[in-house]
Amino acid sequence: MQLGKRAGLRSGKPMRDVFGEALLSLAQENPRVVVLDGDLGNSTKADMVRKAFPERYFNIGIAESNLVGIGAGLESCGLIPFLTSFSSFLLCNAYDQIRLAVAMSNANIKILGSHGGITLGKDGPTQMGIEDLALVGGMPTMVILVASDPTIMHKIVHGSAQHTGPVFIRSSRVVMPFIYPEDNCPFTIGKANVVKNGDDLTIIACGIMVASALDAASELAEEGIEARVLDLHTLRPLDKETLLRCARDTGAVVCAEEHLLHGGMGANVARLIAESHPVPMRFVGLRDTYTDSADPADLLVKYHLTSQDIILAAHQALNAKEKIS
Amino acid sequence: MVEHTYDKGEWTSITRDLRLDILEMTTRAGSGHPSSSFSAVEIVTALYFGGVMRYRSHDPHWPERDRFILSKGHAAPLLYAALSRAGYFPHSMLEKLREIDSPVQGHPVKDMLPGVESTNGSLGQGLSFGLGCVLGGRLTGKDFHAFVLMGDGECQEGQVWEAAMAASHFKANRLIGIIDYNKYQECGPIDREMALEPLRAKWEAFGWRVEEVGGHDTEAVISKLQRLRKEPEKPGLLIAHTVKGKGVSFVEADYIFHGRALSPEQAAKARKEITSCS
Repeated sequence: MQLGKRAGLRSGKPMRDVFGEALLSLAQENPRVVVLDGDLGNSTKADMVRKAFPERYFNIGIAESNLVGIGAGLESCGLIPFLTSFSSFLLCNAYDQIRLAVAMSNANIKILGSHGGITLGKDGPTQMGIEDLALVGGMPTMVILVASDPTIMHKIVHGSAQHTGPVFIRSSRVVMPFIYPEDNCPFTIGKANVVKNGDDLTIIACGIMVASALDAASELAEEGIEARVLDLHTLRPLDKETLLRCARDTGAVVCAEEHLLHGGMGANVARLIAESHPVPMRFVGLRDTYTDSADPADLLVKYHLTSQDIILAAHQALNAKEKIS
Repeated sequence: MVEHTYDKGEWTSITRDLRLDILEMTTRAGSGHPSSSFSAVEIVTALYFGGVMRYRSHDPHWPERDRFILSKGHAAPLLYAALSRAGYFPHSMLEKLREIDSPVQGHPVKDMLPGVESTNGSLGQGLSFGLGCVLGGRLTGKDFHAFVLMGDGECQEGQVWEAAMAASHFKANRLIGIIDYNKYQECGPIDREMALEPLRAKWEAFGWRVEEVGGHDTEAVISKLQRLRKEPEKPGLLIAHTVKGKGVSFVEADYIFHGRALSPEQAAKARKEITSCS
């Protein structure tokens, strides 16, 4: 599996390593940053901070509810806690604690949900976060960020600490290619990045699906179809202006996400577009299913989350667009 | 800086005033948890008016303040009454309990009113928060204590025991839990619905220093809490044996008042009982 190969993207790093490095550099810059771990620091790579700043690192053990509550107490002392674990364990085990102590309290807490999506692979669906974005979407005060490449992961981690209030960051275990130059990329919370221009349709994606969208766009270009590709790194607040401009400019939209379609990125984008400027839309994502435990590449094929699935959806959206015009 | 010290003789009038506040607030709102609030009146009096906690009501975010976390968030009327009488906000605010556009919410929401430290109402969450405060104090060089008031039925929540394990692990001696052990939960007597005993032995097995007290003897509660404050290593727990609905005979006699306000007629009777008791 080499995402972004078709689009000529350079291979990146496992995103968990990138997260660990980003968190460490943030902790070096900001002494108020503290890290809470649910005994998975060697998987999330939050433990890079443990080695450098043991006094600011708390392994709470395998007790996510307690982890969230302790984080909220630390926050009330003026610290900036990063709560780290698999996104499924944090959100599914400790949803109510996050709801009261973080979201309802509007606390300045950052949550790193690692191993989002299905590409953690062989450990299987008990460990996967395929509903994490829907769950965190149920918390009105929570900013929701999804990293699509190593460069933007650094921006997201640092940007989340500059934002006062609750932030959820979704990361993955897999290697993601560089969408952006290695040293810099545009990042403003709530401002989507256009990563490829085009006027025939817009592919809106987040996470690993941005690289697949660029692969799809390269192949579509060979057919003479110019697709615009949007990295929707912020799911809340949604970038209404850019999304509606893309709908107006291109007249057709494909949404692609490594998440259940029910309650995910596409559902929220569709609500916005349907409300203000309806255009034909198609959706790539998980359709009401848990997955097997298998190699990530095999899973992406079986559950229709590849660039080929995006291309198919693009043709369907374009056909619908032609019928209207 | 306001240091709140009250004479022994004043505690009786404070507990009477708090009970009257709770009665008026919940009767006016037509809902709330009067009996769960009544049972912890002396505990909260000890904390805020008995010299146990240090705080500055005019500076609610004073970094050195002791923290009070009402984990049994349904006793919010008691918290609001105590905070207003401690000077955090005007007493007239209490009339706004459970009203539209009012910060005096049915259950406490962090920072919505001065002195409200955390959001509680879904049970079992306060002890973890208190532990986080203590760890945060340790990290930032502050020596404050965190007091967490829990319900007895609340100890059925698993998170309480996660926090109990962790507090002992972190040697959080500045964390003090208090259980308002009134022996009833929403649907009936605890020993019938979901038994807690042996409660003391469980906490001791988790590494806590445990004290027990008659929870309506303000002076005794103060003395036990002061003793736990001095504990050098272990987190402290005070099991306060209380009576649900304390202060109003017909509320004490019927656990149905857990989540029910009194009717105006019942309130009139209750008012007489509370006022005559001094």
